[in-house]
Amino acid sequence: MTGLLSEVFLSALLFGAVTAAIPLLLAGLGEQMSEKAGVLNIGIEGMMLAGAYLGFVGAFYSGSLWLGFLTGVAGGMAVALVMALLCVRIGLNQIVIGIALTLGLEGLTALLHHFQFSRSYPRLPAPNPTVIPTLADIPVIGPAFFKHHLIVYLAVALVFAMRYLYRRTQLGLNLQAAGDKPAALDVAGIDVVKTRTIAVLSTGALAGLGGAYLANVGAGLFIPFITNGAGFLGIVLAMLARGRPVWVLFGALLFGVCLSLTTAMQVAGINIPTDVIQMLPFLAVMIMLVLFGRRASLPAALGIPYERGAR
Amino acid sequence: MSNTTPSPVGDIVALEGVTKRFPGIVANDSIDLSIRPGEVHVLLGENGAGKSTLIGMLSGLQQPDEGRILVDGKPTPITSPRQALALGIGTVFQHMMLVPTLTVAENLLLGGPWWQRPRTEELEARVAEISKSLGIVVKLHARVSELSLGEQQQVEIVRAMVRNSRLLILDESTSMLTPQGIEELGALMRRLVEQGLAIVFITHKLKEAAAFGDRISVLKLGRKVGEIPPERFRALGEQEIISEIVELMFGKRKDDPEAAERPLGSVRAEAAPLLQVADLEVAATENAPGLSAISFDIRPGEILGIAGIDGNGQKQLAEALAGQRAATGGSVRLAGAAIETLSVSERSRLGLRYLTDDRLGEGTVGTFPVSINFFLKQVGAAPFWRNGVEQRTEIDRRAGELVREYDVRTPSLKTPVARLSGGNIQKVLLARELAEGAKVVIFNKPTYGLDLANTLASRQRIGDAAQRGLAVLLISTDLEELLSICNRIAVMANGSLVGTVANAEDARTRVGRLMIGLAA
Repeated sequence: MTGLLSEVFLSALLFGAVTAAIPLLLAGLGEQMSEKAGVLNIGIEGMMLAGAYLGFVGAFYSGSLWLGFLTGVAGGMAVALVMALLCVRIGLNQIVIGIALTLGLEGLTALLHHFQFSRSYPRLPAPNPTVIPTLADIPVIGPAFFKHHLIVYLAVALVFAMRYLYRRTQLGLNLQAAGDKPAALDVAGIDVVKTRTIAVLSTGALAGLGGAYLANVGAGLFIPFITNGAGFLGIVLAMLARGRPVWVLFGALLFGVCLSLTTAMQVAGINIPTDVIQMLPFLAVMIMLVLFGRRASLPAALGIPYERGAR
Repeated sequence: MSNTTPSPVGDIVALEGVTKRFPGIVANDSIDLSIRPGEVHVLLGENGAGKSTLIGMLSGLQQPDEGRILVDGKPTPITSPRQALALGIGTVFQHMMLVPTLTVAENLLLGGPWWQRPRTEELEARVAEISKSLGIVVKLHARVSELSLGEQQQVEIVRAMVRNSRLLILDESTSMLTPQGIEELGALMRRLVEQGLAIVFITHKLKEAAAFGDRISVLKLGRKVGEIPPERFRALGEQEIISEIVELMFGKRKDDPEAAERPLGSVRAEAAPLLQVADLEVAATENAPGLSAISFDIRPGEILGIAGIDGNGQKQLAEALAGQRAATGGSVRLAGAAIETLSVSERSRLGLRYLTDDRLGEGTVGTFPVSINFFLKQVGAAPFWRNGVEQRTEIDRRAGELVREYDVRTPSLKTPVARLSGGNIQKVLLARELAEGAKVVIFNKPTYGLDLANTLASRQRIGDAAQRGLAVLLISTDLEELLSICNRIAVMANGSLVGTVANAEDARTRVGRLMIGLAA
């Protein structure tokens, strides 16, 4: 049991927590943006899968992780475009379309992967971490937080960029109005459909990036259903965070710790059935929902397609 | 009309022969309107007169089917709210158009280019200037959800000013204000027109029209039936204006098909009243007026009309009688038996029936088939249900009879009732409420929103019900309707009955006088 408290164990646990948290963070930030604008984006799991698959394929053939992130973003946005067309422009039911996209992409990515690689799961070379000088030398904290791939730091910076966007910019106001009272935005002369489309496409980009990170950096390979509910955890995070990006970050780290425990405990040689440990993140979701979920206030027009003049 | 004669001041906006149709109704029928700077132009009309549709077209939410809109003399289609704003047309809608979760300042900033940072300092200076010139206080940093409705409305007016509107449209702006708030709004409008703005003020209240207007256009059933220009307006006193408006709004035209006089059913004076209401009281709530000291009797075969401007407690009266709203005092007797403590279904079983004006919301379940909607109030009762199981054949048999008897035009008994037209939904309701055992029937605006044929058919049904010896309470905002079938007409204002007149020769003037607050 002494292994549990050793420096190596702790830093490995925290390093894993950050790695596991980044896809959740990106998914949560993306979902938050959609929800702010009034679109409940259940298709986000599908967007992540598209990002993971295309991100992996991009990185695998080009040999560049960054190009992989780019194709991942494109994959997420392609799925988001379908969602925006069907749910925002045509006004179909967001829940039904969201589920359809998720299920469809699960099948599609598994199928494509099978065609391409048959039963083999080729790996990408390990990513080069960006080591932050001096900070990385702090015991435990240093190796846990300051020896990650550059994209990790960018994702954390994005949290504050989003905070600025929501609080200080015109677009932030427009997004919130689109979710809380779209008719008011419309008579103010701003196109509600356009605003929501921007939000959904951004969600796709973020979810796609999250998926690509999961495959390329987190796992180093693509396997079917690799996201394993990360998109849904993102939805939970967005709902609990109630429009505040920093809360998404903390939530994602908390879930990340739970996910990381799975691996870390196995490394430490503790004999608990993995099934039990794998339940941890979902147990954490339930506890957090019980603690904070009651006060979660969602945008008034969430899930309701906007139609001009309809009362 | 006025826009054919050139005037010293040009119209900011003019409508020429504007027509707008919706499925089944003509909301606006070739309307001409001229809107000028420095004038409060009042659009006056009952619900369904087409005021809101007109506003929708001016603010870019809807497009006319025929006719054209001129802005500064040039024909200009207004295709979006954004374009309306760019043309200088600002609208304060009946339902507040502010985002409750944002602050006042943030709401005023909505609509700026998205790549820009909100220009808060610029806004603050501009709002300070505007609010000073108008003599109002705007709490820029308060969240909208914390403001009163009156304050929210001021914010909307200020927003229109911030956007340099030349024409300000106020849609039913007084409907949610306190009397004092209405006075303040009137004063504010005066200051705005003095600054050279044009205002279109929509209302269905005669007194406000006379008090705040410079020019009044009266709409009725989608048509403009008259206009009082400023010259005439100034020449007339308030009472003369009101009586002229009453004439325009309720006046009888020779070609009016509704005017066909029906022989009134005879009421045996010696018969004991079927419905006796004494000193009925209902406490006022936040969004509904209360009732005070309502007393009346209705004999078998008699139709008592309740006239009055909408929103003066008519719906509360109907609901209190039906048992849907708790009375705080008074008694209600049905054929001599006190029923004021009984539940809705007990009153219904004793023969008290209520036809709501909210046909789809409260009267029917839109997604249920026509057949089930006939028996909504008997769900679970034999012979249509036995041991909790629906008796499909019995329901369909009886429903088929009712469909024939009441001439309900429906593709089939299984059609969801919401797919029928308003007139046919009303027939379903009539069939249900007038069915076995009805003694007293309350109709709340039974012909509201129906076309002429269905209106006449519904009135016929109501008259027939009275002929059969039922006591009928007919609540309507349509004076013509009341005059055509009622025996007596009571006038309601601010939750009490201000007078009752027999439907004789002079009833029209006497009811009209009561409605505008004069003694009959």
